[in-house]
Amino acid sequence: MTDVIIAGIGQTPVGEHWEISLRSLAVKAMLAAINDAGGLRPQALFVGNMLAPAVSRQAHLGDLLADFAGLTGIEAVLVEASGASGAAALRQGYLAVASGAVDTALIVGVEKVTDYVGPEVDAALATASDSDFEAVQGVTPAALAALLMRRYMYEFDVPPDGLAGFALTAHENAAGNPHAMFQKAISLEAYQQAEMISEPLNMLDVAPNADGAAAVLLTRSDLLPRAYAQPQVKIAGSALASDTLALHDRSDLLAFDAVRISVEQALRRAGLTREQVDFFEYHDAFSIYAALSLEASGFAARGQGWKMAQDGSISRTGSLPCATLGGLKARGNPGGASGVYQAVEAAIQLRGQAGTAQVANAKVGLIQSLGGPAATAVTHVLQTV
Amino acid sequence: MEIPRHWRLKQQRYSLVGETCPHCEAKIFPPRDVCPTCGGEAKTQYTFSGKGEVFSYTTIYEAPSGYDETAPYTVALVKLEEGPIITAQLTDLGDQPVEIGMPVEMVTRKLRSENEDRGILIYGYKFRPVLSRAA
Ligand SMILES: [Zn+2]
Repeated sequence: MTDVIIAGIGQTPVGEHWEISLRSLAVKAMLAAINDAGGLRPQALFVGNMLAPAVSRQAHLGDLLADFAGLTGIEAVLVEASGASGAAALRQGYLAVASGAVDTALIVGVEKVTDYVGPEVDAALATASDSDFEAVQGVTPAALAALLMRRYMYEFDVPPDGLAGFALTAHENAAGNPHAMFQKAISLEAYQQAEMISEPLNMLDVAPNADGAAAVLLTRSDLLPRAYAQPQVKIAGSALASDTLALHDRSDLLAFDAVRISVEQALRRAGLTREQVDFFEYHDAFSIYAALSLEASGFAARGQGWKMAQDGSISRTGSLPCATLGGLKARGNPGGASGVYQAVEAAIQLRGQAGTAQVANAKVGLIQSLGGPAATAVTHVLQTV
Repeated sequence: MEIPRHWRLKQQRYSLVGETCPHCEAKIFPPRDVCPTCGGEAKTQYTFSGKGEVFSYTTIYEAPSGYDETAPYTVALVKLEEGPIITAQLTDLGDQPVEIGMPVEMVTRKLRSENEDRGILIYGYKFRPVLSRAA
């Protein structure tokens, strides 16, 4: 099969973009990706977004964004899988190009959360859980993460600041990312003194919801423009797996089975092993998700994932650098856009263009995006050509 | 506009009515007609005892709209004695600290309040500590 190449990338800074609308934000990233690909015109558009109908009162984003990017006429559709929307859109774009159905596909992830205030956004976010049996009890995504974190710390004797390393590493790495929301390192003391959100989950265990848009343009290697100047990065493997929507319906709540399945499938399809992965962009919407994802992905034994953040294994010079440009925690969590940000960031690493945040000799990157507490898990393997 | 949806759930909200699987005897809550354990069809009604223990818990200070006037409140994953885990608020805690493993029982309480937008009053299950265990 011909390789599917990430020919173009584009992103906006992540933050509170009061002055920019949802559509303008998305179009900026889309045009940047097209431009980066030497002007290749997309034949299909896949949009990842989770909150626009609730927060911006805007559905039908596929058509809206094709329209405002000047692409009217092409195939355009929205893909929704909560926080994994962007990654699920990436997979649809990958399948469309890999199958030969289209020559070029543009994927854009966009999220605009700052149009509403806290309680309304919390209520909108809660619609991604089981409305009838979770959200109705007043449970938020942060509370679900706190329930997991409490149980994890109880079962595996994790000290109160045992998960601190995830936030510390993310913030340290984001210092090298001009698009990140927080470009400053934080101290262990700051973590220990951070305000509680839902015990034992504190403010620094939570990635901040923010606005942002990121885009990638995919094509097949034989269709690249002759003048294409960027180092080539391909999507070597792609997989999406599902678990029960409600956390309480799992036979093993700490297992993140969808993560395990998607990693096994993506690596097998890429013909690669875990040992060949040079860096990992996990879905650290909450630090406990990072710990559980490291374990379910097979990088740590059960109950041991948090130690990789404590002993430096996940830092830029460690055995498995993670959140290399800040992750969701410090780059910011633009909801349904975050999976596409991961693809953009991994491409930057694999092109060798990450500057001070560069992972040395990066050839293979694993990116993974979750909807809810790994109710949906999407894993892609990106590789230099 | 959401009223029929909540009315349809009243057996679950007020009495913890789930299902039992005729093939493998798994107890199922909420009802889903397909057994999550063996994959068989499971439509036999089963009413849970409402007794269980705290599997995990936390406190919510920043509540979503419709719940903010009762914040802060404690939510838990409750492992029912028949097997399934459900998500529910804890109530009637008084000064009692919550612990993993604490025995709890189901009661019916107001879950969310009306608000000006589209909120409706919803009643349903919560869990309270079992004060004295049967000898
Ligand atoms: Zn069964």
